[in-house]
Amino acid sequence: MLKLEKRPQPSKFWTYAAPLLAVVITIVLGMGLFAFLGNDPILSIKTIFWDPVFGEFAYMDRPEVIKKAAPLILIAIGLSFGFRAGIWNIGAEGQYIIGAICGAGVALAFYPTEARWLIFPLMIIAGLLGGLLWALIPAILRVYFKTNEILVSLMLVYVAEVLIKAFSIGLLRNPDGFGMPGSRNLRQYASAANNEVIAGTGMHWGAITAVFAVIVAYILFTRHQFGFNVRLAGQSPRAAGFAGVNANRLVMRCLLLSGALAGVAGMFEVSGPAGQIMGSFPSFYGFTAIIVAFLGRLHPIGILLAGLLMALTYIGGETAELTLNLPSAAILTFQGMLLFSLLAVDVLTNYRFKFAGAEVR
Amino acid sequence: MTLLNLSGLTKAYPGVVANDDISFAVGKGEIHALLGENGAGKSTLVKTIYGLVKPDAGAMSLNGAPFTPQNPREARSAGIAMVFQHFSLFDALSVAENIALGMENPPSPRDLSAQITSVSNDYGLPLSPDSIVGDLSAGERQRVEIIRCLLQNPKLLIMDEPTSVLTPGEVETLFGTLRKLADEGTSILYISHKLDEIRALCHHATILRLGKVVGTCNPRETTSSAMAEMMVGFALSTPKKASDSTGETVLELRGLSAPAPHRFGTALRDISMTVSAGQVYGIGGVAGNGQDELVAALSGETKTKGDMVCLSGQPIGTLPPNARRAAGLCAAPEERNGHAAAPDMSLTENALMTGNTRMDLSKNGFLNWHKARDFAAQIIEKFDVRTPSTETAARALSGGNLQKFVVGREIMQNPKVLIVNQPTWGVDAAAAASIRQALLDLADQGSAVVVISQDLDEILEIADSFAALNEGRLSAPVPTQGLTMEKIGLMLGGATEQEAAHA
Amino acid sequence: MDINPILILAALMVASTPILLAAIGELVVERAGVLNLGVEGMMIVGAVCGFIAGHNSGSMFMGFTGAALAGAAVSLIFAVLTQYLLTNQVATGLGLTMFGLGLSSLIGQSAVGTTDLSLPKLPIPLLSDIPFIGPILFQHDAIVYLSIGIVAGVWYFLSRTRAGLILRAVGENHGAAHALGYHVRLVRVGAIVFGGACAGLAGAYISLVRVPQWIDGITAGAGWIALAIVVFASWKPWRLIAGAYLFGGVTVLQLNLQADGTLALLDLIIIVVAALTIGYAIYRAIKTARFDVRDNIVPLSIIGIAALYALLRLLGMETIPVEYLSMLPYLATIAVLVGLRSGGAAASLGKTFHPSS
Repeated sequence: MLKLEKRPQPSKFWTYAAPLLAVVITIVLGMGLFAFLGNDPILSIKTIFWDPVFGEFAYMDRPEVIKKAAPLILIAIGLSFGFRAGIWNIGAEGQYIIGAICGAGVALAFYPTEARWLIFPLMIIAGLLGGLLWALIPAILRVYFKTNEILVSLMLVYVAEVLIKAFSIGLLRNPDGFGMPGSRNLRQYASAANNEVIAGTGMHWGAITAVFAVIVAYILFTRHQFGFNVRLAGQSPRAAGFAGVNANRLVMRCLLLSGALAGVAGMFEVSGPAGQIMGSFPSFYGFTAIIVAFLGRLHPIGILLAGLLMALTYIGGETAELTLNLPSAAILTFQGMLLFSLLAVDVLTNYRFKFAGAEVR
Repeated sequence: MTLLNLSGLTKAYPGVVANDDISFAVGKGEIHALLGENGAGKSTLVKTIYGLVKPDAGAMSLNGAPFTPQNPREARSAGIAMVFQHFSLFDALSVAENIALGMENPPSPRDLSAQITSVSNDYGLPLSPDSIVGDLSAGERQRVEIIRCLLQNPKLLIMDEPTSVLTPGEVETLFGTLRKLADEGTSILYISHKLDEIRALCHHATILRLGKVVGTCNPRETTSSAMAEMMVGFALSTPKKASDSTGETVLELRGLSAPAPHRFGTALRDISMTVSAGQVYGIGGVAGNGQDELVAALSGETKTKGDMVCLSGQPIGTLPPNARRAAGLCAAPEERNGHAAAPDMSLTENALMTGNTRMDLSKNGFLNWHKARDFAAQIIEKFDVRTPSTETAARALSGGNLQKFVVGREIMQNPKVLIVNQPTWGVDAAAAASIRQALLDLADQGSAVVVISQDLDEILEIADSFAALNEGRLSAPVPTQGLTMEKIGLMLGGATEQEAAHA
Repeated sequence: MDINPILILAALMVASTPILLAAIGELVVERAGVLNLGVEGMMIVGAVCGFIAGHNSGSMFMGFTGAALAGAAVSLIFAVLTQYLLTNQVATGLGLTMFGLGLSSLIGQSAVGTTDLSLPKLPIPLLSDIPFIGPILFQHDAIVYLSIGIVAGVWYFLSRTRAGLILRAVGENHGAAHALGYHVRLVRVGAIVFGGACAGLAGAYISLVRVPQWIDGITAGAGWIALAIVVFASWKPWRLIAGAYLFGGVTVLQLNLQADGTLALLDLIIIVVAALTIGYAIYRAIKTARFDVRDNIVPLSIIGIAALYALLRLLGMETIPVEYLSMLPYLATIAVLVGLRSGGAAASLGKTFHPSS
């Protein structure tokens, strides 16, 4: 019988090899799934993973991958701090929505004034504060009432979804929109548009912020006391208390940080790719970012790569939906399988398999 | 008449042979001591007998018939019962439920309660079946384990370090119970490293070292030092303190009180004490009487009113841990894995964990890993920590080595006051001796040292003063010179110092 | 619109049933020391599989059986990952929810449309004839009775049987249970699969009875609310019923308000709740002979919200926009979680067990 045996030291090799193995396992499982759905498995995988980067129309897809990856990376970086510390903000989707509402709200309040130097920075601040305040609710409840932050942050996602639906037909509805739901399109409002900084690359302000966030997070984790405290609190909460880490302050900081980044991501999305506040704005990014965070092993560089990979499955999935008639739900299932296999192979880092009885001397 | 016979038992784990060709026999009605240091292989051996571990080689027989328990259930039904060192109890369940869980075919709850009451009274170990186990003292919790075993009329009772959680008075009661059981024909396998107890109680002793049987003896006819040498393999030197001079008061507690931190914790009640520079202040007491809570209140993990804790006259009761370290107070909690050290982190990171403030290992929040690595390397060298490198995970170190690292880390910071809780718990004799010597050296350099320990011999060996911690209250201190076990027993029983003195 | 309290209360029991079913399953899982955050995912897979099985076979029984099996099957993924591959329970549970949402949508592509199946009401003889109480409590379908039966069964199992004692022991201290020779992982896998089957039933009740049709994302967070109710109930089966009916009440209220359009019903409820809260706060202040703001934050915020509502009403608010009302169940969940500070979780909850450690 196979038995698991704890390694004295985490394996360096598997730390890096495990995510790759997980991707391979998922591709194999995914091929099975696609074949079961009646699609050519090799072609499906090629359409999803290869064509957006190297295919015939890659010049169109590559910028889209970057644009999709930006919010995922931004949110996942924020989440990685809390997840490492054992603080589970599951409601990034809600903070993302509220950030978008606040950012768009500021822009629409100024409309049609043209003053990009003022309005765009204000929108960023508003998005950041919006997400932060939405995360402040579970943070305060956890610190002062010991309320489970998982459930509270999650309930607030549903509330945020209700709010954005209500706003898109109420407060923020486009007065010139002939009664259609949805706000004005911010991409058509020069002072508020989140344009590509380098045209044709997909590098909009959100993508640049995401890269910046990766670098800062990397420095915090490897060189700074805050990153150290986060890791310590996650591995041994009692030891962290003994080392002088204030648990409540850490909960606050981690939740607010992830909320702020999710809020900013929402603001960049609504002023860029999405363009307007609509009932259909919530796009599951806040949840997918959780997969991204784990796929990247909660490491900033890993998250950067994982975000790009996940964005690839979205863009490739859309293509597959169009060309191969692959249902979009298949991609969601595929992403779930990716998370499962990643979590499963993680066991190799800290344990090794042994055949029982093989240890006889 | 032999009850249990072991021949050639061998069990290997990766990198270590825990049991190597072990053979001995336990007679009916015999109290048989299994003597050895931590890591000698006692635990593996008794787990084998109890069906938790399957031996790689060797055989056992019970009453002459081959005995190969596949799991604890089979062992129990064959008449083996075991009282664990770390109790296998469920805090949130009642005494009766805990006992039922340890029985193969428990009677109905009502009958069981009646049985518990009658058996516990018969053996002088009173227990109430409906109490919640988490609310009981360590001694009472052990009773639950013992009654659980006795209700099954065991042929062999295994006791793993049973006295480490008992007061001297409770030890006497327990010995009475065990002798009575042996007289009734039950065999007892008694595991300990406390030589005096074994000499007082046991008929035979088998001594283990590094997984092998290194000797057998009749403990009543063998001196403690001879047994100690067999157990350790060489003669140990007792730690010595160079001078007895003490300086001015550094640490003062004034009426320190704190509520219990969790449901099964202990509240601290009006604790006052003063410790001077150069003094080693010993605090004895059975586990669960407020030791962890006292350390937390001193280290800063629990905050109190400011003037309840004073360092060199300054109130520090409201300060967080790092501010206290900066002021000169360092601490080493009992639990190495997960409290004093983070098991999954490297030794460098563990050195940084508490050394940051005093050793100046960071600037503006940015960590200086070079300095932290040097600090870890210094601890490793000075305290003879056996490890491949500073980047090894703490969990890869043996208990003794990690304890040397943890205590060494605090000593290297040259604190004004050092608080250590159970400095040598679960540590082999050689490491224990070196830790004790290091604590005495620190006091010689003029630091105040507070040693909290369940091991009364340890306190008598290194402390200048002794105070007893009992249900969150601290007795007045008495000098350790000329202190007897009887008097300590009275102090631990909760009697005030006057009563103890008049006894 | 006339508001008939009997109909509302009877509807409340129906609305609560899925949450109650999912919650009782999760309660057993958590008492065994496992935190499965995948309830929503198991529920929605149960919903779609139950719908398809019922629709294709034309039998409600087959529908619910299929749903329970489907829920149990997905929960097995969670069980293998967390118990044998030692994955983090929080992350795996979240993964299960996402996977379930995707999978259900995939499976349900062909299952559009409504079903004409219906679950017959089974009035209990004699009891259902009692005026007022009879129509509320004793004129329901079999699953409503079954859900209460499961709660009673779980209570009996946990508090009166040896197997239940072992399950609690495993949740309380898995190391000690292992040392006594109990199969920690098997017990836990069993509990997880039971939880999955209950969640599957809960999902099918939504797709086959409550709605009744298959729509993507049909469970709409009910699984998460079930998780919250387990906390609310302090892990005690009977309190689960109170929690679930409270939420059923909020849901039914919200639906009625949406249909009603006037605020008369809401006025009444807010007055009652505010009066009860004030009474409770005064009672506690007298009993403890002091009034601490920190301790009374929940009553104070309820009174604050009531006062705000009263102010808005006095200023002439006549309606609440329908779209905001759907927030009510989620906000109520948060309020209940905050108001509750009692412990009672199994001590090993969420911790990974490996026999060597």
